[in-house]
Amino acid sequence: MTNEILFYFFAGLAVLGGVLVVTMRNAVHSAVFLITTLLATAGLYLTLNAEFLFVVQIILYVGGIMVLFVFVIMLVNLDVALHQVQFNRQTWVAGLLSFALLAELLAAVALARSYGEENWLFAAPHVPTVTAEGNTEQIGRLLFQNYVIPFEIASILLLVALVGAVVMGKKRI
Amino acid sequence: MIQEAYFLLSKYIWQIVDGLVIVAIFPLLAGYVVLLERKVMADMQARLGPMRVGPHGLLQPLADAVKLMIKEDIIPESADRAIFWLAPVLSVFAGMLSFAAIPVGPGFLIADMNIGLLFIFAVSSMGIFGIVLGGWASNSHYSLMGALRSSAQLVSYEVAVGMAMVSGLLLAGTLSMKDIVEYQAHSGFWLVFVAPVGFVIYLIGSVAETNRAPFDLPEAESELVAGYMTEYSGFRWALYFLAEYSNMVVVGSVATTLFLGGWLRPFAGTHAMDFLDFAPPLVMLGVTGYCVYRIPKQTGWDQKFIMAIFAGICFVVTVPLAVVLAPGLAAWKAGVHGAFWFIAKVMGYVYVFLWARFTFPRYRFDQLMQVGWHYLIPLSIVNVMGVATAVVLHREAGWNPVVSIGVTLVVTMLAALWLVRAGERREQTALKSAA
Amino acid sequence: MDETENTAALPVEMPIPGADEIVLNMGPQHPSTHGVLRVKLKLDGERIEGSECIIGYLHRGVEKIAEHRSYQQFAPYVDRMDYVAAVSNGLGYCEAVEKLLGAEAPPRAKVVRTILTELQRIASHLLWLGTHALDIGALTPVFYCLREREEVLKIFEKYCGARLTTNAFRIGGLQYETYDGFEHDVKRFCDDFEKKVEEYEQLLTGNRIWVGRTKGIGILTGEQAIALGVTGPPLRASGVKWDIRKAMPYAAYEQYQFEIPTGQNGDTYDRYLVRMEEMRQSRRICLQAIENIPTGPIMAKVGKVLKPPPGEVYHSIEAPKGEIGYYVVSDGTVQPYRVRVRPPSFINLQAFDTMARGHLVADVVAIIGTLDIVLGEVDR
Repeated sequence: MTNEILFYFFAGLAVLGGVLVVTMRNAVHSAVFLITTLLATAGLYLTLNAEFLFVVQIILYVGGIMVLFVFVIMLVNLDVALHQVQFNRQTWVAGLLSFALLAELLAAVALARSYGEENWLFAAPHVPTVTAEGNTEQIGRLLFQNYVIPFEIASILLLVALVGAVVMGKKRI
Repeated sequence: MIQEAYFLLSKYIWQIVDGLVIVAIFPLLAGYVVLLERKVMADMQARLGPMRVGPHGLLQPLADAVKLMIKEDIIPESADRAIFWLAPVLSVFAGMLSFAAIPVGPGFLIADMNIGLLFIFAVSSMGIFGIVLGGWASNSHYSLMGALRSSAQLVSYEVAVGMAMVSGLLLAGTLSMKDIVEYQAHSGFWLVFVAPVGFVIYLIGSVAETNRAPFDLPEAESELVAGYMTEYSGFRWALYFLAEYSNMVVVGSVATTLFLGGWLRPFAGTHAMDFLDFAPPLVMLGVTGYCVYRIPKQTGWDQKFIMAIFAGICFVVTVPLAVVLAPGLAAWKAGVHGAFWFIAKVMGYVYVFLWARFTFPRYRFDQLMQVGWHYLIPLSIVNVMGVATAVVLHREAGWNPVVSIGVTLVVTMLAALWLVRAGERREQTALKSAA
Repeated sequence: MDETENTAALPVEMPIPGADEIVLNMGPQHPSTHGVLRVKLKLDGERIEGSECIIGYLHRGVEKIAEHRSYQQFAPYVDRMDYVAAVSNGLGYCEAVEKLLGAEAPPRAKVVRTILTELQRIASHLLWLGTHALDIGALTPVFYCLREREEVLKIFEKYCGARLTTNAFRIGGLQYETYDGFEHDVKRFCDDFEKKVEEYEQLLTGNRIWVGRTKGIGILTGEQAIALGVTGPPLRASGVKWDIRKAMPYAAYEQYQFEIPTGQNGDTYDRYLVRMEEMRQSRRICLQAIENIPTGPIMAKVGKVLKPPPGEVYHSIEAPKGEIGYYVVSDGTVQPYRVRVRPPSFINLQAFDTMARGHLVADVVAIIGTLDIVLGEVDR
């Protein structure tokens, strides 16, 4: 019961925040609602007993990435952006795609209902029961033992992107 | 439904009470840290500091609070009202929420999360938004520059601070605040003696994280008037102030827990030093005695009365500290004395902040970033690698812990020396090219 | 710090700002501009590409006032120019009019004038040190400095009743005879002061942050300084050994031993060191002077009504901030025909642009602080 209430609360908050992010005219307001969405998602992690993900979500997305977002938004001349038309004439494409996605999701839910939970695609993910070992250790083990190669490759990819951005952004180093 | 609500309430009643307690004592705490700062500042600057409101200015925080609350609430016309309103609230929210995970004593702990330390780190990183959004919403150049500076500063120093915390975590092997202290009780060493470099980095980084001098660039009054707080006044300004001072207490608490043995008495494991158990009641008794001694010197019966009340409060604190020394109350002793030692250590840490503030000039912004990126972050990375190596050498290769720590410490210090030398060379060339 | 819309008011070498450049106003109501100076900065990011000092917010027409006052009546006005070094201002004016009259102050008056002026130099430098350190973010030195300055002001107060705008001297000598225990007070102050200067140096001289904030900032070479007419500590810090006390001795300076400290790099740090050393030297002069104050009258015979013969005279002295000069023209009446003041702050401020170019906005406060300007004197 508590969990359900919390789930609907956080999920609703996330969706509401997401809608407001794209409809707000002021970029800083959008950023604030994006933060709300990210926090609500973090809350969802918490209801799933994934407290490490919850904290990492806040540290990385809210405390790190969003700060940089806001930083950049502040450097941009907002007055100009406010007077620009934010929506263009591709509304019908977006609408079509949205409807397609909605239909897809509805179909998925309906299929899952009819096939039952054993279906491989829609089966509830295997949630490890809460063990004595916190999921910090579990995630650490997964990342640094089972999946260490992909993890490192992803890190190098990010590093390359970072260096590339610096090189392109800075005229002279 | 009602039953469910009742069940929830009964299940979480203590958490709610704890939350209310935090909300109630939090402003008072910040207020008295401000008083402490003003008194310490006055002492270092050959002055007396607040002396008027209450004896020795003891009621000054209350007077300040009343004054700030009844002040006119000004929102600049061109400000973004909603965000202007939201920003200080966010700051205070982050400050207050951190208190939930701080273990004041083995018994005085609201939530023993298994990710306690990361939780505090995450919540305090949210505090940046209070500053950034407040600076933006004010719609003033000073505020905006203060906000930009602070966000750049906080983001860069967070890396070093996080790394410094990791060096402690590697040794303790847990993120739970309570277990970290228990690890230190068990191993017999405060982590500051095992990872001193980590502690120093944390100390410097936490000064920058809380925007205190010599890293108080976001609010450098000689350059940016008051930085992000320039347009704030009255109660909203007080909220920022509360957040700043409570952040000081929070970083102090984290440092105390992680590096300074939390609620443990100095030499907690050594029975030869058990006489230190008498220190808490004796210290409080001394304070009580001083208050009583000062009563006749106060002017006016009201000042005398307030002084007597403070003497009474000190005495009331003394009694449980003394009573738990009685045999058979050992369980209580750990808690009560733990709180005393914890608060004493946090205040010591805060005192270092104040000391630094009144001694050092302010860094320039590029110099501040240089300290962070050229010295602290590389050193913290070396330090983490060193500590990790020491842990592996000890646990996997079976080295003597002292030797493994010593070796890695020497390597880290050499790296630090090299960094400083490189920095000096860089400065020299910069000076030459300028001249 | 408002972005100005009014680009038309920019000087010639400051073109209309492009996309990367902003024009920033600092002051006149900014905590670090030492009063009501307004600095218009052209910035590329945080780097200063050009600047203009806009003055006049404290203009009171002191020079014009002189034309409608008798010579004695104008003496108190000069105290209001550099109000933190009123004694030095007064000395310059009195000596200028004495020169015009052909009179000379008696020896006792000269020695007392020297002592008070040197004490004033210490007081002025102390105030500079405190506020300069405060601008750079060191909160504590200002209180120590004011503590010692207070001792000097107490001596002034005992001597003439005023602390700030003293009007200590009269044309032809001294306003008052020294009080009993004057020598003792000055001696005690000088004895204590040695340790106090050490204390300030301990707080700042070796401090890495202080060195980082001041070294290499606002460099002024000797040639630039001379070309700009900069005088006082900024000139000496650039390596030019020029001090009017030695070059054209006035009052009783010829009798005393003292050094002229100079710097090499002409940066903010050198100016700091030079002023610190000047305080020590001032103390040395005071100690020598106090040993042997000649007895005798304190006023030369100049008469009650001063009517200098028609003519003109320029006289300058070494004020704490640099050379303060008075150009006095007499038309033979009781009122000066013209008094023109050469204020050191005004002329030193012209070096601001040269010093600030290429530095960051945060350095502006350090550079304004190191120039040691007083807006009362800049604007007059």
